[in-house]
Amino acid sequence: MATIQIPDALLVKNYIAGDENSLSILINKHQSKIYGFIYSKMPDRDVADDIFQDTFIKVIKTLKSNSYNEEGKFLPWVMRISHNLIVDHFRKNKKMPMLRETEDFSIFSILSDSSPNAECRIITDAIEKDLQKIIQELPDDQKEVLLMRIYQELSFNEIAELTGVSINTALGRMRYALINLRKIIEKNNIVLTN
Amino acid sequence: MAKIYSKKELPSSKMLPKKEIISFILNYSKALNIIKIGKHNFEIISN
Repeated sequence: MATIQIPDALLVKNYIAGDENSLSILINKHQSKIYGFIYSKMPDRDVADDIFQDTFIKVIKTLKSNSYNEEGKFLPWVMRISHNLIVDHFRKNKKMPMLRETEDFSIFSILSDSSPNAECRIITDAIEKDLQKIIQELPDDQKEVLLMRIYQELSFNEIAELTGVSINTALGRMRYALINLRKIIEKNNIVLTN
Repeated sequence: MAKIYSKKELPSSKMLPKKEIISFILNYSKALNIIKIGKHNFEIISN
């Protein structure tokens, strides 16, 4: 017996007019394609069922509120709705990867803290203090230039102006300050490392 | 010849949603009424 194929556009029109049976025909006609499409992207029966259901809830709401205007393109329209719902599902479930600590894998091998630890801070403080003591041993003119340059971050031009000497003299004093610092460090066997 | 114990899972020819899902959709459709007032759509679900 030949079955009469009613066009989708007519079924949609009848459904909007209040014929609930038209929706049943539309679902029966297209459920395999729509569900197959969803399942191809979401190989989980329960999730695929949920998305299929949500797709048709959207379809029903759109048709009943007379917002549908794609006559004759019912199936591609429904497919688009389900595609959007699949994308939404993936977005919602985008979770941080979960890692468990095992004998072979330590979480600390991928977690790092760039801030210095307590030991590092103590060593840095000790070096700073030692360096300040050594700087106090420098002649006053060299000490002045070094402090201005390193601690106050002034340019040699500014240092020259403030100390009333030429820029070359300021540069020379800085050079001698560094040479003398090295000499004091070597002479006293001071180790300045972090 | 080595025996192959694994069985390749063939996709079922017809992928269909559960019958309960279809039934829910059809019942939901029957129960839903949308009334448009001005710019707003009001959804009414009858029991």
